[in-house]
Amino acid sequence: MTPPVVIGKDLRKTFRARGNGGEVRALDGVSIEVRPGELTALVGPDGAGKTTLIRLMAGLLAADGGTLRVLDIDPAVEPQRVQDRIGYMPQRFGLYEDLSVQENLDLYADLHGVTAAERSQRYPQLMQMTDLGRFTGRLAGRLSGGMKQKLGLACTLVRSPELLLLDEPTVGVDPLSRRELWVIVQHLVREQGLTVLTSTSYLDEAEKAARVLVLHAGKALAQSEPAGVTRVAAGRSLALDPGSGNNARNLQARLLDDPEVIDAVPDGGLVRVVRAGDASAGPARNSIAGLTALPVEPRFEDGFMVLLRGTAAHEAGVDIRLQRPLPAAEAGPVVQVRDLIKRFGDFTAVNDVSFEVRRGEIFGLLGPNGAGKTTTFRMLCGLLPPSGGTLKVAGVDVRSAGAAARARLGYVAQKFSLYGSLTVGENLEFFASAYGLRGGIRRQRIDWAIRQFDLEQHEHTASGELPGGFKQRLAMGAALLHEPHILFLDEPTSGADPLARRAFWRRITALAEQGVTVIVTTHFMQEAEYCDHIAIMDGGRVLAQGSPAEIRRLAHPAEGRQASMEDAFIAVVEAARARAGS
Amino acid sequence: MESLLRIIALTRKELLAVLKDNRARNALLLPPILQCLLFGYAATYDLNHVPYAVLDRSHSTESQQLLSRFDGTGLFERVASLRTQREVSDYVDDRRALLAIEIPDDFGRRLEAGGRADVQIIADGRNSNTAGTALGYAQSVVEGFNVDWRADHGQPGPPVTVEARAWYNPNLMTRWSMIPGLIGTLTMIQTLMLTAMSVAREREQGTFDQLLVTPFRPAEIMAGKALPSMLVGIIQATGVLLVAQLWFRIPFQGSFLTLYAGLVLFVLAAVGVGLVVSALCYTMQQAMLFSFILIMPFALLSGLTTPISNMPQSLQYFTFVNPLRYAIDIAQRVYLEGAGPGVLMPDLWPLAAMAAVTLTAASWMFKHRLQ
Repeated sequence: MTPPVVIGKDLRKTFRARGNGGEVRALDGVSIEVRPGELTALVGPDGAGKTTLIRLMAGLLAADGGTLRVLDIDPAVEPQRVQDRIGYMPQRFGLYEDLSVQENLDLYADLHGVTAAERSQRYPQLMQMTDLGRFTGRLAGRLSGGMKQKLGLACTLVRSPELLLLDEPTVGVDPLSRRELWVIVQHLVREQGLTVLTSTSYLDEAEKAARVLVLHAGKALAQSEPAGVTRVAAGRSLALDPGSGNNARNLQARLLDDPEVIDAVPDGGLVRVVRAGDASAGPARNSIAGLTALPVEPRFEDGFMVLLRGTAAHEAGVDIRLQRPLPAAEAGPVVQVRDLIKRFGDFTAVNDVSFEVRRGEIFGLLGPNGAGKTTTFRMLCGLLPPSGGTLKVAGVDVRSAGAAARARLGYVAQKFSLYGSLTVGENLEFFASAYGLRGGIRRQRIDWAIRQFDLEQHEHTASGELPGGFKQRLAMGAALLHEPHILFLDEPTSGADPLARRAFWRRITALAEQGVTVIVTTHFMQEAEYCDHIAIMDGGRVLAQGSPAEIRRLAHPAEGRQASMEDAFIAVVEAARARAGS
Repeated sequence: MESLLRIIALTRKELLAVLKDNRARNALLLPPILQCLLFGYAATYDLNHVPYAVLDRSHSTESQQLLSRFDGTGLFERVASLRTQREVSDYVDDRRALLAIEIPDDFGRRLEAGGRADVQIIADGRNSNTAGTALGYAQSVVEGFNVDWRADHGQPGPPVTVEARAWYNPNLMTRWSMIPGLIGTLTMIQTLMLTAMSVAREREQGTFDQLLVTPFRPAEIMAGKALPSMLVGIIQATGVLLVAQLWFRIPFQGSFLTLYAGLVLFVLAAVGVGLVVSALCYTMQQAMLFSFILIMPFALLSGLTTPISNMPQSLQYFTFVNPLRYAIDIAQRVYLEGAGPGVLMPDLWPLAAMAAVTLTAASWMFKHRLQ
């Protein structure tokens, strides 16, 4: 058998934290093997050490301890020799946005000294593989997120590397583009025998790899084929029926506080539960919280959660009570959108969109990049004037309504826009003042936000230096200071790991229960399960709209599998695109 | 009331953002003071050292007398006594001498005979400014020689002599007019950039949307952006003023009240221009470029280095819409001349008008570009 392409033993890397002089153990004794011609996935929450490990292999960082051989070279000693033979695509690949697709390719080919003969053979392959052939003249900055990633991949592959390192290649990419990217990567492995190491926080992607390494807080929790991870949860996975008239979401929130439960997610109208305790300890209990539980096949995600929960403390219960309860329900919808149109020049970004959201509902806008979600969202928040149609939020058009109407809204922008040079406390103070909070109430609300989102130890940290998960918490805290009646969240969980996403949804669910109306856009199809209603958008139109159960019925699942939200999404979008194409 | 509190909150946030960042903080205070020192020493049209070469073919007492007058000024330094015409061009070409004085061989004889004699002075015209100044100095030396010669030889003096007095700047030091002019110039550069960048930065980082969905009204955002920039501008102007008085010891003749009133109007106009730029730009890079493109003509057409009256008429019209032109005039006149608000009216009202126009335009553009 050919020797592994990468052998790392007991790798250690410590970073000095900026500001407070503390240390961050990014890697704490990790060993890894990457076998030739295989796809290996690094999976773990934010800050697990995935990027650090990849950067060590690319010769961009030197380890503090342990040994590492890449293609039988020590990358810390001879980085250039390693870099000449590998392809590395960082999280934010350096595309030149003002150059066209072709010019970007040429540039990377020049940088790597690819000859004209090689190019004439390589380019058509790459173009065919990435389906970018039609867009060679388009500026890279004008491509959608998924297409940018494909172009980045093509640029990485202009010369044939022996090992391909991908750092979260699908972050912020919609499900369709994500699937296309994976088809490309799997094709490279199967047909061309390329060795690929990719990091990801999507568990369904990790499941497609030949081997996975589960990283958490700088330690490897498991390294095996994906089925090995799934087996960890053997006998622990159950499905609970909340019963008619009950909400799966609310049951799930309750179950998460149960010490016997490791994980609970709403899934197809039921709640999937992973039970704590050893399966071999006794006969599987078939009731939890007084409800009958049916054993189900464990999934990769279940095993992953069991591994993670073995180390991470069970998160304390979320108590997100509103201090000023919302006024009694008004009749009629809180958000009303009718025949909404937005044109930019002769391009119609939003075309005839209508929907309604009732008080206390969670409404999800799903769609691929460029579907018109964000444009719709910006119109709802009053950031863009519509070209046609009507739009009412809490009975008024936010754009023409005054400050008082905006004071009832909370908004978390994509990428959690905060003032990076200000500390957490200063950011909260500014937004509290912006919403007219003063004196004792102001202090009280800021303290609440700091406690609620576990920001105590970060209160004096510049928010630009917070880890990703904490940025999201701060953005949420700032948006909730004034107890808004309506909460707008634009891709709030983008880039967040499974643990952070669960904590986020628990808070949202609790707020909705108290009457806060929530409108959210997301890329994660499983998250649609938390919504009361969803609308799937593509090409500026709403393609399907309804409860998660209604949407799921639109899917054509593979034989013997239960239809997932992702299947439904892809079926709906592809059917619409086929109709438009014919 | 609510509105005022929001403006204060935004102003506070802007100042915090500037002051917290070590680099931003230093960039605001150090450069104006350093530039001010630099200009004070480096940017001067005064010549206090003129190296010159002599080709004396006359070798007479008279030529010696003339040359000793040059050496006696302390301004002219004789670097060589030459023998041939060729050496003259060598010395000028190599920039060893700024002037070359050539005295013809009949110089002494002709003066002795009571006639007129010529002296040729060659100047290095590659820098027209210094050459002109040096020639002027040389001329006054020769003039002094003429007067004394006539008196010594019983001839009547020249019919008209000039008795020159420079008001407000008795020694005609460039520094005295340059540094007060810098109060406006340096302040303008930083105020304009700071304002233009602050909105662009928020656009680029996505915080602008966040700001717009809060109860802030566009006018409040503008005020909250304008106030900190104005404050920073006034503080910078004060820094330059302090350097002028405490370091360069240029006596301040006017009233601070008048000066600061003029400065506030000027900074308001500069902030207005900055806000217009920021309303047009989506990225910090655009805002930076745009500011630079504006600052160059503003500085050139301000009258700081070259008099506006020397410019072609068509360009002079442009200076009427240049806030810096008025600011420099106000600063120099209040500082050196002690001018009061009454005589400064022709400078003050255009600034007020410009502030009104740019701020209105910016607020209109904010409302309509927020789409």
